[in-house]
Amino acid sequence: MADFVGISLSQRVPNPESIILMSGSSPIPSSEITPEATFLNRRFFMKASLWAGTSLATAGLYRTFRPRPALANSGSPIATVSEPALTTALGPDEPLNSFSEIAGYNNYYEFSTDKNAVAEKAQHFVTNPWSVQVGGLVTKPRTFDLSELLKLGQVERVYRFRCVEGWSMVIPWIGFPLSKLLALVEPSSKATHVAFETYYDLRQMPDADSAGIDLPYIEGLRLDEAMHPLTLIATGLYGKTLPNQNGAPLRLVVPWKYGFKSIKSIVKITLTDKEPPTTWSLANPREYGFYSNVNPQVDHPRWSQASERRIGQGGSRKTLMFNGYADQVAHLYAGMDLKKYF
Amino acid sequence: MTLSADSRFQRKLIFFNGLLPALLILSDALRGKLGANPVEFVTRATGVLCLIFLLLTLMVTPLRKLAGWNWLLKHRRLIGLYAFFYGLAHFLTYLAFDRNWQLLTVPGDVTQRPFIALGMFAFLLMVPLAITSTNAMIKRLGAPRWNQLHRATYYITIAGVLHYYLIVKSDATWPLLLGLVTAVLLGWRMVAYFRRP
Repeated sequence: MADFVGISLSQRVPNPESIILMSGSSPIPSSEITPEATFLNRRFFMKASLWAGTSLATAGLYRTFRPRPALANSGSPIATVSEPALTTALGPDEPLNSFSEIAGYNNYYEFSTDKNAVAEKAQHFVTNPWSVQVGGLVTKPRTFDLSELLKLGQVERVYRFRCVEGWSMVIPWIGFPLSKLLALVEPSSKATHVAFETYYDLRQMPDADSAGIDLPYIEGLRLDEAMHPLTLIATGLYGKTLPNQNGAPLRLVVPWKYGFKSIKSIVKITLTDKEPPTTWSLANPREYGFYSNVNPQVDHPRWSQASERRIGQGGSRKTLMFNGYADQVAHLYAGMDLKKYF
Repeated sequence: MTLSADSRFQRKLIFFNGLLPALLILSDALRGKLGANPVEFVTRATGVLCLIFLLLTLMVTPLRKLAGWNWLLKHRRLIGLYAFFYGLAHFLTYLAFDRNWQLLTVPGDVTQRPFIALGMFAFLLMVPLAITSTNAMIKRLGAPRWNQLHRATYYITIAGVLHYYLIVKSDATWPLLLGLVTAVLLGWRMVAYFRRP
């Protein structure tokens, strides 16, 4: 009889004679019987192996799902210049999120759809050399080397970051206003929108195939949104260059829009005269619109946007109109039906 | 006595392995090792564990018929109770962290969000199954009625997998995998049903 792990424990194949003699008093020669001590030893061994094996398998399975510990901030320091405050200060109940939280919990589908796994999967991503092609409806189309962009005075901006999934953080970005870069290429009078594109390379992003969205990732803004002083091209956070998982070497940050608008690892910026397609609205036009402004009154079809969970804090907090930047940006949408233009 | 007949040993092994993920989650929570969004992790983990145990209960009959592992039957109830245990943990996590214990907001949430409705349906349907899991209840109901009631496990699992599928933004690998296992198990039963003499 086979045991349930497929290993025979006490079975000995009896010789044919002993089967015939089965009805007799002593069918199996005593030499064929496993000594009791050996039998018990084997049983002990089997049981111990099953305990160890199943526990290790269960724990191992659990470990593969468990969030990984975050890496230390190993970026290079960036020198910043000071600037007058553009927004009101954050409240005392809105402390900065830790580097571990910011760098350990990322949506970057090219690397992984598991937010806790992106840091590890992106660690070997090559961001140097890096250049950004800026063109379209501009007078002076150009390809910029990253080093040139780092020379545009870098400032620190502490912004709330609200993900469409219902969580948020407070992040000390380093970067420069996008308007500074656009001024260098001189948008033509016909330009109305700006389109962005993320780097895409299956060799460096082998899991991108299972992202479930079309890649390369593309995003877009209206030109007045792009020129708004709050709209930032981030090159770092917490005083140092961006970690790969946060969109190194440079990414967009539009603090009053859901996080997915803030496209990472930008390689191409194109000025256009019509609303550009964007990745999430192409993937699901009913759920994700072009504007995607943070708006507690307009729910996602599958969940409420009225509140959010601040990472690092228990409970939930009320989501603010335009993520708390209504004073600075509400005028951009005056007269628009924000339920229609979600 | 071989291990396949040693039901006390099997029971201990299943009991421990069922509890182990809960112990690991607890120990990681106490040491602050659940990542940046512990609530999301605990919610996801308890939900997936509930589905895994539901599927394990549904595997008992096919494994008996196909592999002759009749000893499994004795443990189906324990496995099912683990499904309920993790389902309850999942439900309480939702009440505590998604609803902040504002129980009056739950009905509105159920009507607004289809995936919540599905999850709620699955959880509420598990309650009578957990209550009727005692020997006394099996006797009181009688085996045929009890079996009929516990066939609800299929509806619970299907609702649970759909519930999971509906919250995923784009990478549906896990819910699809669990859905595939559900479909295979359900398909096997249907074939067995129609082939019966």
